[in-house]
Amino acid sequence: MARDYSGVITKIDSIAAKVYADLEKAEIPALQLSTRTKANIKFDDVLNVWKYGKNKTERSASSLDGAYMLLRTMYLVDFIKDMIKEKRSSTLRETYYISESWNLAKFSSQNESDLLAEDLEVITGCMREDFKLRPEEDGARVIGNLVVEEMTRNNTKKKIHCQDDVGDAGYGIPYKVEKDKLMFKQVDADFIVAIETGGMFDRLVENGFDKDSRAILVHLKGQPARSTRRFIKRLNEEKKLPVLVFTDCDPWSFRIFASIAFGAIKTAHISEYLATPAAQYLGVTPSDIENYKLPTDALTNEDIAALKSELDDPRFQDQFWKHEIKLQLKIGKKSEQQALAKYGLDYVTDTYLPEKLVELGILKK
Amino acid sequence: MPEAIAYELAKKQKEISVAEFFERNKHILGFGNPTRALITSIKEAVDNALDACEESGILPDIHIEVKNPSEEECIVLVEDNGPGIIKKQIPHIFARLLYGSRFHAIRQSRGQQGIGISAVVLYGQLTTGKHAKITSKIQENQPAVLVELAIDTNKNRGEIQHQEIMHWEKHSGTRIEVCLKADYKRGKRFVYEYLQSTSIVNPHARLTFKEADGTEHVFERTADILPKKSKEIKPHPYGVELGTLIKMSKETNARKLASFLKNEFSSMGDRTANAVCDEAKLDRNLNPADMSREQFLSLHQAFKRVRIMTPPTVCLSPIGETLIRRSLKSETQEISPEFIFTATRPASVYSGNPFQVEVGIVYGGNLPKDKPIKILRFANRIPLLYQQGDCAVTTAIASIDWRRYGLDQPSGTGIPIGPAIFLTHIASTQIPYTSESKEAVADIEEIENEIKLAFREVARKVQMHINKKVRRVKTREKFDLITKILPEIAKKSAHMLNKSVPSLEKVITRIMDVIWIEDIVEYEKVRDKPVQMKLDVTNLSRQSDTKGWIAKSTIMVVNYKSKPQKFNLYALFPKNAVVGEVRPKPSKVTDSYIKWNLESIDPTNKIDIFFELAGLNKGDFDENDLYVQNINPSYVIGADKWEGE
Repeated sequence: MARDYSGVITKIDSIAAKVYADLEKAEIPALQLSTRTKANIKFDDVLNVWKYGKNKTERSASSLDGAYMLLRTMYLVDFIKDMIKEKRSSTLRETYYISESWNLAKFSSQNESDLLAEDLEVITGCMREDFKLRPEEDGARVIGNLVVEEMTRNNTKKKIHCQDDVGDAGYGIPYKVEKDKLMFKQVDADFIVAIETGGMFDRLVENGFDKDSRAILVHLKGQPARSTRRFIKRLNEEKKLPVLVFTDCDPWSFRIFASIAFGAIKTAHISEYLATPAAQYLGVTPSDIENYKLPTDALTNEDIAALKSELDDPRFQDQFWKHEIKLQLKIGKKSEQQALAKYGLDYVTDTYLPEKLVELGILKK
Repeated sequence: MPEAIAYELAKKQKEISVAEFFERNKHILGFGNPTRALITSIKEAVDNALDACEESGILPDIHIEVKNPSEEECIVLVEDNGPGIIKKQIPHIFARLLYGSRFHAIRQSRGQQGIGISAVVLYGQLTTGKHAKITSKIQENQPAVLVELAIDTNKNRGEIQHQEIMHWEKHSGTRIEVCLKADYKRGKRFVYEYLQSTSIVNPHARLTFKEADGTEHVFERTADILPKKSKEIKPHPYGVELGTLIKMSKETNARKLASFLKNEFSSMGDRTANAVCDEAKLDRNLNPADMSREQFLSLHQAFKRVRIMTPPTVCLSPIGETLIRRSLKSETQEISPEFIFTATRPASVYSGNPFQVEVGIVYGGNLPKDKPIKILRFANRIPLLYQQGDCAVTTAIASIDWRRYGLDQPSGTGIPIGPAIFLTHIASTQIPYTSESKEAVADIEEIENEIKLAFREVARKVQMHINKKVRRVKTREKFDLITKILPEIAKKSAHMLNKSVPSLEKVITRIMDVIWIEDIVEYEKVRDKPVQMKLDVTNLSRQSDTKGWIAKSTIMVVNYKSKPQKFNLYALFPKNAVVGEVRPKPSKVTDSYIKWNLESIDPTNKIDIFFELAGLNKGDFDENDLYVQNINPSYVIGADKWEGE
């Protein structure tokens, strides 16, 4: 699949050109990018997702750290340009190891190189894929009455039925899920349930929830990868399926929901590609802890701090979230999805999910 | 009729013997327990030895030895190279309490109460029944004399029990050997500490300590000059008691009140003497011999109401910043401290008694970081080993907030915690001890204030050192930035765009945006006498020892600002140093600093400055103290704002 990368190269060169121009003008070289913090995300009425606001951060060579950052940026864009020219690609981890030979520009951790790749996206408006950089693996899984058509590495199209053609582990979502790679062919389901933990995913599969309730089950595997979010968004928009997010009941799980429905703070520059504004939170809610009398653990200090931070988070300002977060702070408890097993292995599929789906208006009484 | 009770009582009243006096007061005299007794004995003998040597202009070489220790007792031996004592005087000096030549003199001296060495002899006799042995030699070609002394405790007189003439290798000297009840096992450590401390404040003395097991410690001298001799002064009116005043009037030759005041007191000129007489409503021509007690009382009260100049300070002999620093450096070698700073305050006065405070701070190295700082207290060159908590020195240190000087101090008062040693030396004609045991200085406001001021002064030096270090580290990072990273950024961006690498000079000045001053001090053994340079030297007759080492200081000034810079630079040096070669030509040289009016330096250009100092020991001066003038001091790394002299 030949693709035109000239636009990407122009944008990459413009970074080098900015630095070069600064040096020529005897100015301290610097790059500007949107500040990637909670305080700088604003709701975009047109796109219906959360995007970066007007605040800018400067990466300037006036400090030692800033200078190192600029040097690494120079090396990284040069490396990306080479990859484009040579039609190669690399994983983020490989990029980190490649930097071993960059002397002073060497990254001290993979986190640093990952963040810089994101910075480059924010500066250029390109996506990681344009830079020929990809994540390690994904591993998120899907089971449901859905046929996808995937372009394989042999450049042939292959149709896969996500119930009949897969084992219990389900269909693995590839790291790239754009239309040239993946198409949704046939769907016969009423809604999507995105599940945080593997244990709960397997429970719903074992109980036949996908078949009995005409659901497409997606395993998020913790904080969902970009491709998982993109997969859910496309399925939601192209096949008009409601999305329900089913997680543990703690502040970290609420953030998983936020990254699916609102857009994540770290990737707000591409929220319109990744976020599914129509996604709904199914549970487990702090109210559920009380209503279902679920087994709990006490909130840790980190949990409490995270909940308080969510109270200031512009994305969590609606009635529902304010109420639930305050309630959780009040009861001081958290719970896991699998705590529902207190009432037996079938309780989640026979009682909890049907009740919640009725509550959300997905199922009728 | 029964006899009056007073007669009954009179039968029991008698003069108490010195032995009884000693027995009753031995705790306040420093002989309260066998450990204290050991240290006090050595201390008294060493004090005597140091005094004797200094009086006769001999650099002290003192040997201290402990022999034959048992559970109960041991022999203490102290030997000096002083002038010796003539045989006739030996019983008076070693076997008579409250006898001494220094008792009435107003000047800084070690002993003050005269209880001294005879108390040691008495203690030895009372606790072991054995007699002290004194050996003395007064001249090269004469034999030494050895005397065994006993004290007649009823008469307070020494009795010679045995004497002999003997041969002694020494040129001259005195040696005392006393057997006494002492706890050598527990006291050993304190003896060592006492001698080490003594060596710090007596840099001109060499001390050797031979332990009972034969181990020998040497505390080497670090200065070859004897301390300045303190001169005796007359009493100051502020410090004189009424009784003393009346006694003085009886002994004076003056026939008139005004001349009595002028002749017998210090700081009394015509005008002050007249002012005192007027204030007291007394005729200046009154004969002091005819004055009544009431007249003396109003004279005494008038003293306090008239402004009288402070007494002269020739009676004091401070150690000096450089010598304290040298001693501390030599004694803390194993600790390898990060820095040592010292300060000597100008002399001051409390109740008519001149005094002077000197302090030093040793910081870092192997000193424990989580323990309270170690406090070393000295009064008139004597270490104070006990009662630290009751001492004005401790109170003064505890009242300063040390947290901003990088030491821990919960709640901002109390003894700070951190890797430091604090030294305080108080020199005075009259150290106000809290008690006769002379271990703690009383909380006299003037003294406490001076201690605080002295510590604030060194603390400021510490702060400056720390600030300088922090700013240097930050600026060094920038050096990395401009010398390594920036050229790489330029290279890479040029490479990507297929352009030539741009020039970086201007960007470098914008990033650095400072004037960088860096200096090193090196020492070189003297070959020739340095040429002395004097442009504006007030004190031309300054004597200095030019033997030994020359300190060579090189200062590099680089302008990393975007505009040319022109300013004045000052380099401070210790007062006892002599300036040798200076480059470029300075605009002024005084006895404590060199000043340059630097030519305008263009961006990224540098100037090298060089000067030599003689008369210092290696290490006396290892960091330049630099100041700038006529420039915003925040532009400058490596020098502070010149605040004037």
